[in-house]
Amino acid sequence: MAAKPRGSLLTSAIVQDAGIAEGRLQSRARRRRQLGKLPSIIGTLPMIVVAVGVFVIGLSFTVVLSFTSSKLFPTFNFVGWYQYERLWATARWVESVKHIWFYGAGQIGLSLVLGFLLAVFMDQRIRGEDTFRTIFLYPFALSAIITGLVWQLMLDPIWGLQAAVRSWGWTDFKFAPLASGETALIGMIVASTWNGVGVTMAILLAGLRGVDSEIWNATRVDGIPRWRTYLWIVLPMMRGTVATAVILLLVGVVRTFDIVIAMTGGGPGISTQMPATYVIDSINARNVGHGMAAATCMLLPILALILLQVAFRARANRRATAR
Amino acid sequence: MRCKLVAAAFAASVALSSGTALAADLEVVHWWTSGGEQAAVSVFAKEFDATGDRWVDGAIALGETARATVMQRALGGDPPDASQFNPGRQYEDLISAGLLLDLTPLAEKEGWDKFIRPDQIKAPCKIDGHWWCVPVNIHMQNWAWASVAAFKKAGLEVPTSWDQYLADLPKLKDAGVIPFAVGGDGGGWQISLLANQLILAQLGAEVVEKIWKDKNLELAGGPEVLKAFQTLKSLGEYADNGSPNRSWSDTTALVIKGSAALQVMGDWAQGEFQVAGQKPGVDYACLLGPLVPDAKYVRTGGDIFVFFKQKDADVERAQLSLASLMVNPRTQALFNTAKGSAPVRDDVDLSLANDCMKKAIDVLKQPGSVVPDANQWRNEAFTTAQNAIFSDLIYNKATTPAAAQAQFVDLLKNAE
Repeated sequence: MAAKPRGSLLTSAIVQDAGIAEGRLQSRARRRRQLGKLPSIIGTLPMIVVAVGVFVIGLSFTVVLSFTSSKLFPTFNFVGWYQYERLWATARWVESVKHIWFYGAGQIGLSLVLGFLLAVFMDQRIRGEDTFRTIFLYPFALSAIITGLVWQLMLDPIWGLQAAVRSWGWTDFKFAPLASGETALIGMIVASTWNGVGVTMAILLAGLRGVDSEIWNATRVDGIPRWRTYLWIVLPMMRGTVATAVILLLVGVVRTFDIVIAMTGGGPGISTQMPATYVIDSINARNVGHGMAAATCMLLPILALILLQVAFRARANRRATAR
Repeated sequence: MRCKLVAAAFAASVALSSGTALAADLEVVHWWTSGGEQAAVSVFAKEFDATGDRWVDGAIALGETARATVMQRALGGDPPDASQFNPGRQYEDLISAGLLLDLTPLAEKEGWDKFIRPDQIKAPCKIDGHWWCVPVNIHMQNWAWASVAAFKKAGLEVPTSWDQYLADLPKLKDAGVIPFAVGGDGGGWQISLLANQLILAQLGAEVVEKIWKDKNLELAGGPEVLKAFQTLKSLGEYADNGSPNRSWSDTTALVIKGSAALQVMGDWAQGEFQVAGQKPGVDYACLLGPLVPDAKYVRTGGDIFVFFKQKDADVERAQLSLASLMVNPRTQALFNTAKGSAPVRDDVDLSLANDCMKKAIDVLKQPGSVVPDANQWRNEAFTTAQNAIFSDLIYNKATTPAAAQAQFVDLLKNAE
């Protein structure tokens, strides 16, 4: 009976000791964890500096300068909303905005459809799959400038396809989409889809391959035709992959510049002008304040998209935690 | 004994190094890239190389691109040693930022004030008593170049007036010739040039000055200017399919070949005809005005060179040497006959100049004949926006002349 209190004292002492030791161990482990993070912090420091320097500082300069009357050299002579008023009163800018929506919708839609069809084709376990994949991915190795130049030559009425077919006998053959304002954008959509469809195909193929093979057995047993399976069962299961592909395509569309310069120079007239070319032309024409206003307007839809994404993720998180 | 030798050797080396000026390399940026233009700029390069310094060529195709590159380099602190510009407001930011070499001492020593003529050529360079650039030529922009063979194919004579040419257009089209040749590259500068010269030819010099210099909005929005816009629109309908995004020299090549009937372009197109070995009056016709029977005006532009301040004294010496070289009589004669432009001085041997050039210089010598290019009154942001308006008018079927005129008036209203 007398041993027990001693034992409990001892136990409690041991427990206390163990507690202190545990605490010390924990803090040591925490320090080690923090030290372990150090190399990664040092490693990412350059990127952090660049990100803050280029993106944050550059972006803030862009927005601030858009409220000034900077010509070539930046000044801080603030003029309020003047540059924005001039911007939206200029036909070339308003047309550029219309063009990028049309071009974006066309290029993303066409890339997704063609990419999906190509991915389905590749999914059939054909022979020479690697060769086909190389062929489909090859255009992506070409820069937008080369793509634009090549397609411009092909679609040129004097040097390209139209002249070639005419020389073979069909003298009435008309195929010069870049010569007319209405069809020039379509020509550009085709050229840039040719460039980017390989990557879309690769992403969607990865998504396809990630689908459980049991689905195929089940649908075969149920007698559902293959195309139905692809369209109504597999595609909805690939939502995440399709979203990834769409985001990559969107990023490319917003930056559209090189292909415009290479293919049409913005013409005929202003029918293929894009916001990016407007910004660069404004800067080159020594109207930096105006160009910055255009650049800020380009930023707004992207900001909206990011906010949308954040909202979606927040809602998904809330739904997950609720479950 | 040794000390004296060493001292003597030291003194000798100091004397040698202070006496010798090192030959410098000068990087010169310009946009003379067509066949005829290359022949002309080689004159400068060869003459300069013969003086001991070296011309490092920095040709960049398309004026807009070249100017943008030079400006970006100036912003970044690494400007070229010399750069071509058009006379006017294109380089006003460089002057106010103090980036340019002041050529006034050289100009006063050589007396540029006395021999550079006319005054409209001096004014863009001599600002507030300081010479900031050196003019190297006078280009006249209001020319039309017609292919004799193309008109003959349609059974027509080369027209001498706008009314005659506009009546000829459908007949030329039926004959299988491109009735009107124009190129739409560089954001539409060729079309802007066409519009500027058309309004000069049809409405006269006072109207041009009132609109572009004084920003007279009633005149710019009035019925006469609307008629000019309508003429432009109908000219655009007679252009060919390959016209958008085509350079000026490729368009001139069509006229040289006889596939196109007429192009409105400045006299730098002469160089192309010369390189192709064609003779004025025989193979092609030069119509001043453009297409004005008794042309009273010449629309002058041209080229000037600015020199950027560099920190090297040898480079500065070479820059001044190049500036002086560019206006001496011998170089002016060789350069301008190759380029098809008029020299900036009278005492130049123009025996090699052809009839077209002689015609232009005669008009140039008349008082009151010189109408400067709009570059001298409006800045580059204005001309870029104007290019877009006229380019849209010609190539966009949905744009009406009235809508384009409204855009033009709005641009003028907000011009700085």
